[in-house]
Amino acid sequence: MFAYIIRRILIMIPTLIAISMISFIIIQLPPGDFLTTYVSQLSASGETVDQAELESLKKRFGLDEPIYMQYLQWVWNFIHGDFGHSFEWNKPVSELIGERLQLTIIISVCTLLFTWAVAVPIGVYSAVRQYSWLDYVLTVFGFIGLATPNFLLALILLWVSYAYLGLSIGGLFSPDYADAPWSFAKVLDLFKHLWIPVVIVGLGHTAKFIRIIRGNLLDELRKPYVVTARAKGLSETRLILKYPVRVAINPLVSTIGWTLPELISGIAITAVVLNLPTTGPLLLSALMSQDMQLAGTFIMLLSCLTVVGTLLSDILLAWVDPRIRFGAREGL
Amino acid sequence: MTEDLVSKKQLKYLNASTRKLIWWKYRKHTLAMIGLVSIAGMYFTAVFCEFLAPYSKDTRHLEAIFAPITKIHFFDEKGSLSWPFVRQSSLELDMENHRATVVEVPGTHFPIKFFVKGDSYLFWGMWEWNRHLFGVEQPGTLFLFGADRMGRDVFSRCLYGTRISLSIGMIGVLLSLLLGVTLGGISGYFGGWPDGIIQRIIEVIRCFPSIPLWMGLSAAMPPHWPAMKVYFAITLILSLVGWTDLARMVRGKLMSLREEEFVLAAKFVGASDLRIIFKHLLPSFTSHIIVSVTLAIPGMILAETALSFLGIGLRPPITSLGVLLKEAQNVTTVALYPWLLIPVFFVILIVLSFNFVGDGLRDAVDPYSR
Repeated sequence: MFAYIIRRILIMIPTLIAISMISFIIIQLPPGDFLTTYVSQLSASGETVDQAELESLKKRFGLDEPIYMQYLQWVWNFIHGDFGHSFEWNKPVSELIGERLQLTIIISVCTLLFTWAVAVPIGVYSAVRQYSWLDYVLTVFGFIGLATPNFLLALILLWVSYAYLGLSIGGLFSPDYADAPWSFAKVLDLFKHLWIPVVIVGLGHTAKFIRIIRGNLLDELRKPYVVTARAKGLSETRLILKYPVRVAINPLVSTIGWTLPELISGIAITAVVLNLPTTGPLLLSALMSQDMQLAGTFIMLLSCLTVVGTLLSDILLAWVDPRIRFGAREGL
Repeated sequence: MTEDLVSKKQLKYLNASTRKLIWWKYRKHTLAMIGLVSIAGMYFTAVFCEFLAPYSKDTRHLEAIFAPITKIHFFDEKGSLSWPFVRQSSLELDMENHRATVVEVPGTHFPIKFFVKGDSYLFWGMWEWNRHLFGVEQPGTLFLFGADRMGRDVFSRCLYGTRISLSIGMIGVLLSLLLGVTLGGISGYFGGWPDGIIQRIIEVIRCFPSIPLWMGLSAAMPPHWPAMKVYFAITLILSLVGWTDLARMVRGKLMSLREEEFVLAAKFVGASDLRIIFKHLLPSFTSHIIVSVTLAIPGMILAETALSFLGIGLRPPITSLGVLLKEAQNVTTVALYPWLLIPVFFVILIVLSFNFVGDGLRDAVDPYSR
């Protein structure tokens, strides 16, 4: 197990390097560097910038060096927690993103848990009672859930609740708590608001998982060991829950790797619609104002988040499924 | 004596080509048939939208800013049944709520006509014409889905938006098909180090949450680019991120097929690698490629919608469904003028139809199973 984890972490390194390169390229893509933005900001406010100061700034930020040195410098600072400077907010990037990243993580984890909690019982039910009316209803629901993009669903929900219930479901905190320091009451308030984005982002994935579980369980139920267990007189509930379901829900763990990027994508855009204080809206405004240091950091961190999530899911999978564990040991 | 061994029905089945078998199997799938019909309808709309839409997409009706869905009347003043007609609408100031509302002018009568004369347009950019499938004569107005903040007809704009959204899906998927088949082909057929490199690239791309990555790439476009250039750049960006699924599918199929005898036979008679790939291997799983492509199109369309909705995708005057939805970003606007949300249902319909067709095809491509 330990050797497997080490091996997995080693595989991660080239991926992280590639991700950092792409993020750096995105930062560099818009014409001009952040000094040009800075200078234009200054001249817009009527100040003049003299050439000597410009040169010294260039030197300080290492902008006169070749591009690969700039990249290495950026990565070096990144590892040390210095994410650069946001010109839109005139603050270090690290100050801006902390809490937003935290909320993004909280929402993704909650969404994942919600998806599982809903999809497993429904999937099992649909498989055991195949072609019952409820199975049909759930299948139709699944198709619609799959086809409705979550930000459009958010838009529709927002409108319905605003127009018919007269309340605004946007945001993650009540006005009283928005700027308050963290306390138990604030956490409680957060959970009161949290379920809306969680349901919106989770719906499509729930539908997908229901279909996966249903299909897998149907395959398992036809296998001889189920017949044997039934012939031996095991009670039906115990029989289904103890063996076939355990095999059927395996993909839940093994698909975390590609579910996480999708969830984070979904949260990013749903957050813009619902105006949540997560990474999405800030990323968008950073991109709109070409505040590339901030935007690049976001893209980099969100991708790292998925890489780490994938690592965790692989470890979890190795722990759940001995075949992978032992396969890895043979491979070494 | 074949008549004794197999019935006529069985004989028909046994003699049928693979294509026919796939079609027979596909036809049984009700949802897939519904999806097929609706996609065909939408492409028809997209092709002929200048004629089908009652107005052109940028015609502004100053008298009808935020006009609600036009009421179609079936009974005239005397209460007797008449050919469907609309009343003229005019802008009236609502002093209580401090906003302008659109009201009907009583006594006016504008019957809905077919092949009515309206805004002139260049059909497919070539022939000038001014007939529309249906509409009412000036100064009457017919807004099936209401009008937006500039008094433009939302229904007509939806049709034009469908055209752009569908075309983005098509072009984007073609590009990613090209990338996916080429890179997946190299990866699967040759194996070895090219395979290793391509697989790593795919892994890295899949690690990125797609929407933030798309956002980053499309925001990097200079704002002074013309709308048409933006359109192609967006399509390119979508396919640069979206080709990985296709490449993996092609790779997997090639890896299992390249060990087959017919490949070995082709090699023995001296066929080149390119010939083997394009002449022998690819045709054997064209149907699988079609399935993947069908299932990839809605993703492309959604991604474009999302980007345009956020304001970093397509820009006017190019009108996609996402550009239309940008008008519906503000909750208070939507609460007052809910018809601005109608393009959402077009998006859902497109995605749902493509998913149905893709699912049906996936079940049908292996006609010999079961």
